[in-house]
Amino acid sequence: MRNFAFSSAENVDQAVSSERGNAGEASYIAGGTTLIDLVKLDVMRPVQVIDLNRLPLREVERLDDGRLRIGALVSNTDLAHHPLVTQHYPLLSQALLAGASTQLRNMASTGGNVMQRTRCPYFRDVAAACNKRAPGSGCDALEGVNRMHALLGTSEHCIATHPSDMCVAMTALGATLTLEGPNGTREIAFGDFHRLPMDRPDLEHELEPDELITHVTLDTPVVGGGSHYLKLRDRASYEFALASAAAMVAVEDGVIREARLALGGVATKPWRAVEAEQALAGKPARTESFEKAAEIALSDAVPREHNAFKVPLARQAIVRALEKASAASKHH
Amino acid sequence: MDTQVIGHRTPRVDGEFKLTGRADYTVDWQAQNMLYGYPVPASIAHGTLEKLHLDTARAMPGVVDIFHHGHFPKLYRSPNSPTHQDQVSEVRLPFEDERIHYDGQYIALVVAESFEQARAAAHAVHADYRRESGAIASLLDTDREGRLLASEGASRGDPEKAFDEAPVKIDHTYHIAAESHMQMEVHATLAEWRDERLIVHESSQGVVYQHKAMARIFGLPDESVEVVSHYIGSGFGNKLFMWPHAVATAGAAQMLGRPVKTILSRQQDMESGGNRPASRQRLRLAADPDGRLVSMRHDSTTETSFVHRYVDSLGSATPSLYACDNVAISQRLLEVHHGTPCPMRAPGETSGIHALETALDELAVELEMDPLELRRRNYADQDPASELPWSSKHLDDCYTSAAKRFGWERRDPAPGAMRDGDEIIGWGMATASWPALRMPCAARVELRDDGSVMAACGTQDIGTGTYTIVAQTVAELSGVPLKDIEVRLGESTLPAGPLSGGSMVTATALPAVAAALRNAFDALKEVATGEGGAFEGSDPESLEIEGGALKDDQGKRVSFGEMLTQQKLGSVNGEGQAAPGDEKGQYSFRSFGAHFVEVRWDPGISRLRVARVVSSIDIGRAINPSAARNQVEGSIVMGIGMALTEKLDYDPRDARLINNNYADYIVPCHADMPEIGVELLDNPDYAFNEFGARGVGEIGLTGIAAAIGNAVYHATGKRIRDLPITLEKVMDT
Ligand SMILES: Cc1cc2nc3c(=O)[nH]c(=O)nc-3n(C[C@H](O)[C@H](O)[C@H](O)COP(=O)(O)OP(=O)(O)OC[C@H]3O[C@@H](n4cnc5c(N)ncnc54)[C@H](O)[C@@H]3O)c2cc1C
Ligand code: SF4
Repeated sequence: MRNFAFSSAENVDQAVSSERGNAGEASYIAGGTTLIDLVKLDVMRPVQVIDLNRLPLREVERLDDGRLRIGALVSNTDLAHHPLVTQHYPLLSQALLAGASTQLRNMASTGGNVMQRTRCPYFRDVAAACNKRAPGSGCDALEGVNRMHALLGTSEHCIATHPSDMCVAMTALGATLTLEGPNGTREIAFGDFHRLPMDRPDLEHELEPDELITHVTLDTPVVGGGSHYLKLRDRASYEFALASAAAMVAVEDGVIREARLALGGVATKPWRAVEAEQALAGKPARTESFEKAAEIALSDAVPREHNAFKVPLARQAIVRALEKASAASKHH
Repeated sequence: MDTQVIGHRTPRVDGEFKLTGRADYTVDWQAQNMLYGYPVPASIAHGTLEKLHLDTARAMPGVVDIFHHGHFPKLYRSPNSPTHQDQVSEVRLPFEDERIHYDGQYIALVVAESFEQARAAAHAVHADYRRESGAIASLLDTDREGRLLASEGASRGDPEKAFDEAPVKIDHTYHIAAESHMQMEVHATLAEWRDERLIVHESSQGVVYQHKAMARIFGLPDESVEVVSHYIGSGFGNKLFMWPHAVATAGAAQMLGRPVKTILSRQQDMESGGNRPASRQRLRLAADPDGRLVSMRHDSTTETSFVHRYVDSLGSATPSLYACDNVAISQRLLEVHHGTPCPMRAPGETSGIHALETALDELAVELEMDPLELRRRNYADQDPASELPWSSKHLDDCYTSAAKRFGWERRDPAPGAMRDGDEIIGWGMATASWPALRMPCAARVELRDDGSVMAACGTQDIGTGTYTIVAQTVAELSGVPLKDIEVRLGESTLPAGPLSGGSMVTATALPAVAAALRNAFDALKEVATGEGGAFEGSDPESLEIEGGALKDDQGKRVSFGEMLTQQKLGSVNGEGQAAPGDEKGQYSFRSFGAHFVEVRWDPGISRLRVARVVSSIDIGRAINPSAARNQVEGSIVMGIGMALTEKLDYDPRDARLINNNYADYIVPCHADMPEIGVELLDNPDYAFNEFGARGVGEIGLTGIAAAIGNAVYHATGKRIRDLPITLEKVMDT
């Protein structure tokens, strides 16, 4: 591991102040489970590391308008078990607990999870060609071992998945990110935060180099909706998704009033399947409707040599998640 | 044998050391003035190193030196002889020339004042290569056949003719992906030169072998090298023989005149620290209409690297497992451009029995016969390969008992017929087997004036419980309580003991420890009956050992410690030797068992999990039933990984390893653990050794993947002939 300068920010202003040096070479650290891993592999090379752990961003609180505000330093474990989350957003709790391992979740922060990097093996190998790590060097995954890679939102420059489970649930639930920079605070819709790779896969999100995520605020819960997070993978735990689906369905008299659907493991960013959601609204809460929605959600899928099976697998994840969510809906 | 300690569930005598951090693993060792080595791996698999750019790295903080081709001591290769116990994992020496034979081959070793500095500088070393095309990533990616090995073939009868004439036959080819050992503790070496003597701490399954190989490589007399390995965070075979990192470390320490410690990263461990080679196996079986095997042919190909000839003997069990007059096995070897393979738990037979037991299941389907019944009809009452009687075989009991506990009679043979909600249930079974091996061994025992006993042997405890069973043996024969027994293992200066491999330590080391202990008793009796002794003038033969004391027929008892103290002696010693004898020509020695497996397949979400494993295994006597059962349970878990998820993924384009860590190489995790019911039959095999033990470390892994694959077939009707059985191979698309 290369040497780097280390300092702790005592408050948010200090964390984002321009005194912290050249932004491109500075990096925040929260739980460190992404950062330290990649520094050890020489993939991330910060010159300066700023520790966020003293910032007062560990609260989970219900706002007057009914939304839930989550501090960026709340750990994945604490968030998963927080009563307000298990009660009002069980989908998020399920997704968090489906991620990583207990040890990692104890360390991982909410902000760090949003910012985590892809698990693409070529990204993690400094000797491989990777446009995300070394812009313009090419993409070894396109014709390589790409079983884990994405079907949706890909480009000829990058097909890496966004690996987060938490973000898939947040995308489905609807959320807003609060960003703090030297020029003040701004908000951005969760779905607009992560970028598609297009021709610049190294630009992964809308955060400016000197900005900090301070909070994630979840939209008010969908009334009467049932939800389910289903993660499909080779082993039962501690593995990134081959395909996952976050589904929320509100059923009234056998008819779907509102549906939310987001996908993980198959897309380059946390993937909200908006057209599938629209197709579900007003339809009977039956398997045929769910199958149709799955078809719509995956109609733009671009499979590669080793990941073609993810198309039917994602379809299965969607259908089963929607079935379970609708069975859990209050008025079905 | 009526026993007090042997055969009882003794807790591990080293458990406290492990829990409290006092167990001294290799990486825990510190030497004064010590430096850290960090290897620089090649990032191509096939070509030549043209230039190393070292200036940046050399100028980095803490860097002391960087070794590479042209800047390293001139060493010799080890003869790599099993007979002379100087086998190594790779005969090629590090930095021998500039050829690159696999991804991860060391091109340099950075030595610095701290581990972090060495690693940072290693990352700053850049290399220019001349790449060559045509790297072979895996035998799974090529149709090359490899060369036939005359040494590995065997045949009896006329299998070809019998096959052609038989009414029922199968002919299928099976592939198994290369696997990683994934032992918890990575390879590590601490090398120190003291007065022309080389002292090495290594996480090693064979201190004697490494010490001899080091002596040959550095051109030293055997006495000038010492290898220490007190605790090992497992090895599963990849620590049997020394790897180049150890030679590089010892060479660096020699040139710098300071101790050097090298700890491999997980990536390096997986790339260049050994693997189970991928294999291709063709099985041709034929039977008469009653299911009696009339022909068995088993033709295998395995991988090795371009720098070492490692042969995983896949067919070695096949001629012995079933009664069949016409049998032929053959083996081919194919060089590929990835790290050198080496033995991995039940090497060879794990892969070979997988193919054979899968093929038998396919034959049972052809015959419309229950797969267990097919095995029973071909039961081998003697070893059909050697035509010798078995020393002790109770496989029929294993079949009966495991089938009963599993509930096999309730199996509906039609694929997919058994359901539970969204899930389809599949039941499969297979036979397990592993040869009983035993080697010559020496040991030393010391009876001390404080009443304690020390037993020493130059073998290792690789986490399996060797410290404990040696202590149990001493306790059993001496009557001294376990707390007063000290066991010393893992030092090449101790009386030479066996490799911790082949499941042979129990049968090899315990008789030697017993012999040494008896010699120590004789020494004590000599003292006792001599001038001034407590039993002066008595016939030594008349004295008995009981409860840590000598006893005569009058009922007089004097404890060992008292006796020595009276005579102002600190201790008496016994050296002992033990080796297999004539029994080798009289019997065939092999362990057997049976696995029954339930899998659950949810076709709606393509989820495949092992739900239940029931195994009955006959290993002779279990010296410590807790440790023995634990070995079989661990093997079963390892077999689940082999069957369903484990695969070293080499990029077919350039033979580089893609999944070189615990997150991307998928071993079973806790949530994957099925209900496991292991039964150990207790049939002591006294023809094999006085303790009746045949060893248990590996047999559990044989057959388990086949039982899982056979259960997958029963659930889905799909025969997946290539491991691992990942979900895309089974799902309906
Ligand atoms: C072996 C392994 C398995 C895993 N499996 C899964 C899985 O199955 N599912 C899953 O969802 N995740 C998985 N993860 C990823 C894990 O969830 C993330 O590593 C974790 O959430 C990152 O959080 P952290 O606080 O440790 O981030 P850090 O490592 O501290 O930071 C990560 C990045 O975010 C930046 N950052 C951190 N906080 C902020 C902030 N407040 N504002 C702006 N930038 C910030 C840092 O500068 C850094 O670039 C796995 C990780 C590992 C190592
Ligand atoms: S898929 Fe993206 S992250 Fe992976 S190698 Fe290609 S560019 Fe890099």
